[in-house]
Amino acid sequence: MAKKYELNELEVWDGNMAAAQALRQADVDVLAAYPITPSTPIVQNYSKFLADGYVDGDFIMVESEHSAMSGCVAASAAGVRAATATSSQGFALMVEVLYQASGMRLPIVLTVVNRALAAPLNVNGDHSDMYLGRDSGWIQLCSYNPQEAYDLTLMAFKIGEDLNVRLPVMVHQDGFICSHTAQNVYPLQDEEAAKFIGEFKPVNTMLDVANPVTHGVQTEEDWHFEHKARQHNDLMNSFSTIKKVFDEFKDLTGREYDFVYKYKMDDADVAIFALGTTVESARIAADQMREQGIKAGVISLRVFRPFPFNEVAEALKDVKAVATLDRSAPGGTFGALYNEVSAALLAHGKNPVMLNYIYGLGGRDTTIDMLKEVYKELDECAKAGEAKYPLQQFLGLRGPKLAFY
Amino acid sequence: MVKKIKNLKEFSLSNDRFEGANLMCPGCSHNIIVREVLNATNDPVIVATATGCLEVCTAVYPKTSWDVSWIHIGFENAAVAAATVSAAYEVMKRKGKLPPATQKMVDEGREPKIVAFAGDGGTYDIGFQSLSGAFERGHNFMYVCLDNEVYANTGGQRSSSTPIGASTTTSPAGKVSYGEKMMKKSMVEIMADHGAPYVAQVSPSKWKDLVKKVQKGFEVNGPVYINAQSACTTEWKHAPEDTIEVSDLGVDSCVWPLYEIINERDEHGIIYNTKLNITYRPKNKIPVEEYLAAQPRFRHLFKPENRHIIDLWQKAVDTKWEYLQKREEAGV
Repeated sequence: MAKKYELNELEVWDGNMAAAQALRQADVDVLAAYPITPSTPIVQNYSKFLADGYVDGDFIMVESEHSAMSGCVAASAAGVRAATATSSQGFALMVEVLYQASGMRLPIVLTVVNRALAAPLNVNGDHSDMYLGRDSGWIQLCSYNPQEAYDLTLMAFKIGEDLNVRLPVMVHQDGFICSHTAQNVYPLQDEEAAKFIGEFKPVNTMLDVANPVTHGVQTEEDWHFEHKARQHNDLMNSFSTIKKVFDEFKDLTGREYDFVYKYKMDDADVAIFALGTTVESARIAADQMREQGIKAGVISLRVFRPFPFNEVAEALKDVKAVATLDRSAPGGTFGALYNEVSAALLAHGKNPVMLNYIYGLGGRDTTIDMLKEVYKELDECAKAGEAKYPLQQFLGLRGPKLAFY
Repeated sequence: MVKKIKNLKEFSLSNDRFEGANLMCPGCSHNIIVREVLNATNDPVIVATATGCLEVCTAVYPKTSWDVSWIHIGFENAAVAAATVSAAYEVMKRKGKLPPATQKMVDEGREPKIVAFAGDGGTYDIGFQSLSGAFERGHNFMYVCLDNEVYANTGGQRSSSTPIGASTTTSPAGKVSYGEKMMKKSMVEIMADHGAPYVAQVSPSKWKDLVKKVQKGFEVNGPVYINAQSACTTEWKHAPEDTIEVSDLGVDSCVWPLYEIINERDEHGIIYNTKLNITYRPKNKIPVEEYLAAQPRFRHLFKPENRHIIDLWQKAVDTKWEYLQKREEAGV
C-alpha cells in the first residue's frame, strides 16, 4: 500500500510536477516511460515518489518511447491502469503504437509536454507533436497552465476508462512555458482524487485465465472499415462523457471546464483562436485592445479531439474577423486549426474574415505586442469587411516577411 | 508445475490451446513449435506475438486460433508486450487483485507462463532493441524465436538471420551473385550475453529436447530465450511433407546444433558460472551439402562457380561445432 502524500491546500508546482502528482494519485499500475526533454521531470518526479514509498504500481524505464507506449498497450490489455509521458521526437517514435492503442480501445493516459519536431533539432515548445497525434484516434485535452495540467490529467483517466468511451487520452501542456514554470496549484487530497477517478475497471483482461481473450487481431477489407468507423463513432460520442466528467469535477472543485474556452467572446468583433499558453497572453492583449475600443476576444479548444465543431461555430457566430494561430509548421497548406475552424463556420453559414498566423515555432517567444498587432490587423479587416492581409502570415519571423494565399 | 510427458502419442493428444485449423502453410514448422511449447505445460499460458506469419494466420477477425490470452501489437515489440504483461501480472498479484480463477491457479502453484513468439525478422532485426531492453530489465517471460531465416510473411526477403548463399527475394541468386552475402547473426550467444538465466536452441523435429528445454525455461526466474529452427516450406522451397526431414538434416549436419547456455546466478542475480551443454550429438555428422541440397533456396550453390560457398559453409559449421564443444568441455 502506497504512503499518503501530505499535500497543502495550495502547492507551487510547475506543469511537470502537476502532471506527475496526478499520475501518482491515479494509482497507475504500470507506468512505462522513457525520458525526453521537456517532459523528463514527469518521470523523474514519479520515480522519486516511488523511491519514497508513495507509488504502489510498477515503474518501468524502458529503452525507447516505442517500447513505452507498447508497454502501456500490453499492460492495459492485461487489464491494469497504464500511463506514460513524452514529448516531440519521443511522441513521433510512439506514433505507430498510438494508433494501436486507440484501435485496441485501451484507456491509456499520455501526458504530452509539447515540443517542436526536428529538423532542425529543437527542445522548446510548439505544437508539432500535438498535431502529429490528431488523427491517431485519441482524445486530446489541452491545458494552459499547471493547474489545468493537473486537473485534466485526473479527468483523463475518468474519461478514457468510462465504459462508454474506452479510448486513450492525451493531456497536452506547453514545453517549458507550462512544464517548467512554477505556479499556484490547488490539488485534491489523495483520497479525494482516488475517489473521483475510481477503481480501474478491467475489460477483456488477459490476466483472467478462465476467459482467454485475443487482442490485436487482423481485419482486412471485410471488417477493417466497420471497425474504424465504430471507433470514430465512439470517439465522437465521447463528448457526452467528457461533459459529464467536467461537470463532476466542477461539483468537486468549483473549477469549470468546457469543450471550447472563451474569453470576452460575448460581444467580440475580432477574435484570436489559439491553443496552449498563448491563450493567457492573448487574454492580456485582448484586455489592452478593449481599452483602445476594439472589442477583442480569445477562443481556444479544451478538447482538441474530438473537435467541437458546433461549439466553435456557435462561439464565433457574431465575430467579424478571426485569426487562427497555428503553432506548427503547416507543411504546404494552412494550419490545421485554420482549416477546421473555417469548415465549422462555413457549415454554419458564417463567413467572417479568416486569417492564419503561424507562430512560436521552436519556442520563439510570442509577445503581447505581437498579439496586439494581430488584433489591429483583424480590426482593419473587420471594418473593411474583407481580408486586407495575406491569409497566411508568420508572426514574429525575422528576415523578409513571408506570406501566402 | 512441470508436466509429465511419457511419449509422443500422449503428448500429441494433450489438450490443444492452439488450434491447428489456421491459415498457415501446410508443412509450416511454426505450428509444430507453438504446439510443442504450449503443450510443454499444463499451467495457464499467456502469449504475445509479433507481426508475422504466425500472427496473420491465427487471429483474423472474427476468428482466433488461440485458447489462451493472446496479444499482438506490432512487428518490433513482442518482447516488451510479453514483458509488460508479466509486469502487470506481478503488480496485480502483489496488490491481491488478480481475477479469481487466476488467483486460484497461483494458489495451486500453477503460475501463468508468459511467452512471446516472433519470427527472425521480429527478433534479429526490427524487434532486437525491444528484446534487448526487456532482457536487460530481467522480466519473467519466455521469448521464442521462430527462426525461418527469412521474412516469409512478406514474400521472402532476407533478414540478418538469412544464411550465406540463400537466394531470397532481396538477395536473389543471379548471373553474378550467389545470393545472400552475410553469415547468420549469432543470436543465441547474443542473448546469453545479456545474462539471461536460460538460453537454448531447439528444433521441432527433436520434440523431447525442445519440450525439456521449454520446461527448464518455465522453471527459472527471469527472461528465457529459445531459438527455434523453423523450416519454411514456402521460402526454403522444400516439399511440405519434408519439413521434419529437412529439420533433421539441419540438426544432424550441425548447421543447427542443439544446445543450451545456463547463466547460474546467485540470489542477487550475480552470475557465478556459465555452462554450455550440447544436448544432441549426431551419431553420424552428415555433410552440410546434404542439408543444402534438400532446399532449392540453395540450388544455385551447386553450380561450379558457386561451389566455394558450400566449402565456406562447411568450414563455418565445423568451426562453430568445435567452438561449442570446446565451451562445453571448459564449462563456460
